[in-house]
Amino acid sequence: MQEKNDAKNYIEIFKKFKNLRINDNDSDIIRLFIIMLIIFALMTLLNPGRFFTSDNFSSMAFQFPELGILSIAMMLAMLTGGIDLSIVGIANLSGILSALILIHIHPDWAYKKILLFMLVAIAIGILTGILCGFLNGILISLIGIPPILATLGSMQLFTGIATIITKGHSVFNFPEQFLYIGNGALWFLPLPFVIFVIVAIVFNILLQKTSFGLKLYMMGTNPIASRFSGINNIAMIIKTYLYSGLLAAIAGLIIIARTNSAKADYGTSYTLQAILVVVLGGVNYKGGFGKVSGIILAILILQFLSSGFNMLQFSNFFKDFIWGSVLILVMVLNNIINNKHNQKK
Amino acid sequence: MKKLLHTNEFYLALIILILSIIINLKSGAFFTLGNLFDLLRSGTVMGIFVIAEMIVIISGGIDISFPAIASFSMYLTTKILVSNNYNGSIIFAFLVAGIIGVLLGLINAIFISIFKLPTFIVTLGTSSMFSGFLLAFIGSREISNIPDVMTNFSKMTIFKVKSNTGVISSLPYSFLIFLFIAIFVWILLKYTLLGRGIYAIGGDINAAERAGFNVKLIQIFIYGFVGFISGIGGFIHTCMMQNSNPVNLLGLELIVIAAVVLGGTKITGGYGTVIGALLGLFLVIIMNNSLILLGIPSYWQTFVTGVLILIGTSVTAYQGKIRKSNLSYLNDNLSET
Repeated sequence: MQEKNDAKNYIEIFKKFKNLRINDNDSDIIRLFIIMLIIFALMTLLNPGRFFTSDNFSSMAFQFPELGILSIAMMLAMLTGGIDLSIVGIANLSGILSALILIHIHPDWAYKKILLFMLVAIAIGILTGILCGFLNGILISLIGIPPILATLGSMQLFTGIATIITKGHSVFNFPEQFLYIGNGALWFLPLPFVIFVIVAIVFNILLQKTSFGLKLYMMGTNPIASRFSGINNIAMIIKTYLYSGLLAAIAGLIIIARTNSAKADYGTSYTLQAILVVVLGGVNYKGGFGKVSGIILAILILQFLSSGFNMLQFSNFFKDFIWGSVLILVMVLNNIINNKHNQKK
Repeated sequence: MKKLLHTNEFYLALIILILSIIINLKSGAFFTLGNLFDLLRSGTVMGIFVIAEMIVIISGGIDISFPAIASFSMYLTTKILVSNNYNGSIIFAFLVAGIIGVLLGLINAIFISIFKLPTFIVTLGTSSMFSGFLLAFIGSREISNIPDVMTNFSKMTIFKVKSNTGVISSLPYSFLIFLFIAIFVWILLKYTLLGRGIYAIGGDINAAERAGFNVKLIQIFIYGFVGFISGIGGFIHTCMMQNSNPVNLLGLELIVIAAVVLGGTKITGGYGTVIGALLGLFLVIIMNNSLILLGIPSYWQTFVTGVLILIGTSVTAYQGKIRKSNLSYLNDNLSET
């Protein structure tokens, strides 16, 4: 009984703590929304008759979910004040392990058997992601390696394992039923997009409505205070990186389903882009601040820019240059805005 | 002697010795002057990068932009020299590469020291900027007709040995440049106020500021200097390869960080030695060069680098944790990223 009361008290405290921060976040979201509208309008104007078309919307809805899910994974790590550089490595390793089962499925098999094997493959991919995330959590919380280096090392480790398994080659030719996950559509909504929406809703609820989310925000803001208020920081960190690994695995499955191949070194530039999305989405790299809605707006901004640039025939190198510049520009702007904000107080 | 037993460098040297003996037993070709020269040769450019990264990590930061800076300055320098049919002194060419490096390093410095942004995210952004700019606007094709001065420089050797099988191994002149940089940085870190300032910032940036160190100026020096030696390192790489490829240095940052961390440099800053970092590099190079000698396929390299980084960081992190277990402010390492 006593314990139950304690838990209730904590939730009350957390709610007050959360209310204190709401105003700060909302202005960020409105600002992002306006930026998104401006970029959307700009790209429509620069690419007349090509950007504002249903074809383009559909292809964008197939493209951004991978990076979107990876960005939510990155955001979770950043909310603890850490970073997860291994997400792309986890995505590829999970994808490859699933792929190794998928290539054994024969198209002549009974429908039920194919479905069963597919489920096993997906389960193994997801489990891999969870285990990788768990390893990251242990390295960071129990052994005490700074998140940057722990995940930098584990990224190499996961990519290395994936390379050893595949001997550096790619694995391809998956059953049609599996490719549907990456290329099919539910009525007119692309399936990757549907998965992204589900993930976004689930993690929004997890962060905003559950005690896990509230504890996570509190720990990210001040780990020492959270520890003295009875939160088990070690367990929280392990759980957070575990979720991050889970999301990376989901992204990995979407990637192999969309491209019909799994490779150990696919999408290495996603790490930079995920950090860019997270920082653009208003997540504080010091931890404790950030929302899923910010990530959604940021990923849309990035996708509009990317598709627009493709239509303008900018090279990938030039896009790299722009992503790097935007990342630093956003950080500098946030820094200036935060400083002004603090001075007012 | 007792003191020696407690140093990280001693154990590192021990591991290297044991590893060398194992490799020698397996392949029989390890303890030859030729192999030693080959190892030193492949360590020249990496060694310069390791020293650069070590300075940054000691100061509490992390820099992943040096491969981009090195590629940028070596490619642009080669392009300038080729288009002007340059045939003068090699020193001038080095100077150009170094100056381009300094300028790029100062871009890092501005964001890190003035805007106080986290070093990792800044260098991640600038490395994408630098390599993107290089490949989009300066050129993405390999330059293979490098000027004669550069080819001649790469052929200048200090020693030459011929093995029984007739293969010639040599220690190139550029090794001296690396040696000079290593000694310079060793003196800088150990005997100058600036060097002590770098350690102080890494230990506790606020305390360093209170103690009267000009933190901003020291950070500007660090990133400018790191840019300078990255540019030099990149240029040596071009000379040794005898062509200028704008992408083949990219991705080198992980193995360099692995070497620095294995060398006992404290990952959260404030501690590290040149000798330790170079021993760490030696270990990494031996591991990578000897995989093939030991019959392990080359696609194991990524895995080995990952394991090395994790072991290196685990050991230093765990030692630090035990040391302050009495206070045990759990997870306070989180706030230090």
